[in-house]
Amino acid sequence: MKIAVASGKGGTGKTTLAINLALAAKSPVLLLDCDVEAPNAHLFLRGDLKRQHIVTIPVPEVDETKCDGCGMCSDFCAFNAIVSFGTVPVISHEMCHGCGGCMRVCPQKAIHEIDKRIGVVETFSCDTITLVQGKLDIGVALAPPLIRAVKEEAQGDLVIIDAPPGTSCPVIATLREADFVVLVTEPTPFGLNDLRLAVDVVRELSLPFGVVINRAEKEDALVRPYLEAEKIALLASIPDDRRIAESYAKGQTIIDALPEYEDVFTKLLQKIREAA
Amino acid sequence: MKEIVIISGKGGTGKTSLTASFALLAQNAVLADCDVDAADLHLILTPNIQKKHEFWSGVEAIIDPALCTNCGACLNLCRFDAIKETNGAFHIDPTACEGCGVCARFCPKGAVRLEKRLCGAWMVSDTRAGPMVHARLGIAAENSGRLVSTVRQEARRVAEETKRDMILIDGPPGIGCPVIASISGASAALIVTEPTPSGEHDLLRALELTRHFKVPAFICVNKWDIAPEKAEQIEKQALANGATVLGRIRYDKGVTQAQKQAKAVIETDTPSASDIKGLWKHFQQQMEKENQP
Repeated sequence: MKIAVASGKGGTGKTTLAINLALAAKSPVLLLDCDVEAPNAHLFLRGDLKRQHIVTIPVPEVDETKCDGCGMCSDFCAFNAIVSFGTVPVISHEMCHGCGGCMRVCPQKAIHEIDKRIGVVETFSCDTITLVQGKLDIGVALAPPLIRAVKEEAQGDLVIIDAPPGTSCPVIATLREADFVVLVTEPTPFGLNDLRLAVDVVRELSLPFGVVINRAEKEDALVRPYLEAEKIALLASIPDDRRIAESYAKGQTIIDALPEYEDVFTKLLQKIREAA
Repeated sequence: MKEIVIISGKGGTGKTSLTASFALLAQNAVLADCDVDAADLHLILTPNIQKKHEFWSGVEAIIDPALCTNCGACLNLCRFDAIKETNGAFHIDPTACEGCGVCARFCPKGAVRLEKRLCGAWMVSDTRAGPMVHARLGIAAENSGRLVSTVRQEARRVAEETKRDMILIDGPPGIGCPVIASISGASAALIVTEPTPSGEHDLLRALELTRHFKVPAFICVNKWDIAPEKAEQIEKQALANGATVLGRIRYDKGVTQAQKQAKAVIETDTPSASDIKGLWKHFQQQMEKENQP
């Protein structure tokens, strides 16, 4: 079973929730950190690095002796990554999506592909949790190919996926094929606004989902009324407890620092299993 | 013209709250909300939309079932796992298609067509802090980087038209495509972080990014008093990485209260308002210093 933890807004507690869910499982679990631009789960789990592999995408290279400057590659490229002015084309690997189109259209067969590094996938072992994280290289624009590489590591009965914030391509690449999505939010106007956007996305992808309210307060005139009106399941509430923020600042998990909360995550995991 | 972009690496560190306050303090700036896939600045600045434009960008591939013979050629050509097979018939998942056009070009039956794609909308609005350009990415849509570029371009146009010499950009979290589109060519980046292991880790990645794109970096630690030692450690690291430390903002529940009233923090008398005013003053001094020969 693949459970993805996502949110529209950043900083609502995705990583915290994903890690504590994994700890609450008490059995072997695979945690995939798909927030490849800002992967943080390893900071709290501090496991041993077991494996690392480099992830590449295919990008074009032109053989100048064969190129006659016809410009068909340039005309074809949808991403302005290869540009020709009746000359040997100039290639921008940063813009390239790696579709292979330029190579296929070149009548002179002057284009071949080389591997361009975009990041690494690292596997850590931390007791019952195996953590696989993607780390995007600085200056690389496209996260989805690296996210797909992290997701290729998915195996076993229980896979928990820590998603990036937002609602665009990296989130879509992460959520696709999940069995259940947990959307984490907070009872603030920003939290509610971005939750609505995230709900639009999971509905568009036809994925089953529920919501966890983090930093919950007794009075909530924002998120709870919205969930009721939209008939969205509220899976759990984690109270606004300054001790949680302080233990997070020390790099501790909630379950280790404040064991009284363990039950919240055990029940949450149970609810997700029943709902999915 | 100065383009100041506020980013963070880690999400939820307080970018938007700070941008809204800075916008009011600046008085003569154009605002650009470049967090196009989870925009929130409008919740504080309650814009009056003056112009709204559809954002068409790129194409998506569509298979015509009448022409398709299910040969599977496209399945092998697509690098984005966008070709799906249901009950022996092929179709394209629009949320996976990146619009490269390879399937359409090489389908032996010419059964794949490319259609222009509506990826969202962008708006030019009036706010009490000045003109604002903002956007909304379509649901599960592509091309957030291009939408960011469109918002920045439009903000520059508005700034020239209204003779304003500063653009304040509310950036997205992370270090990928929309962040790169937000910071490239900007005059300065202010990175907002928090005194946590994640805040520190993601700040260092954001600083690597600003260095990569040669954008001068400033940092500020929000909620510094949650972990004062961590805050100090982060500031030392930022200095060692060539950034200017602008100051600190205390942990303050009044920030959420302000947000609930659709007010910027500096429009209330909550304690962190004075921190933010101090930051802005320091920032102005730094910018003036830079302007001197």
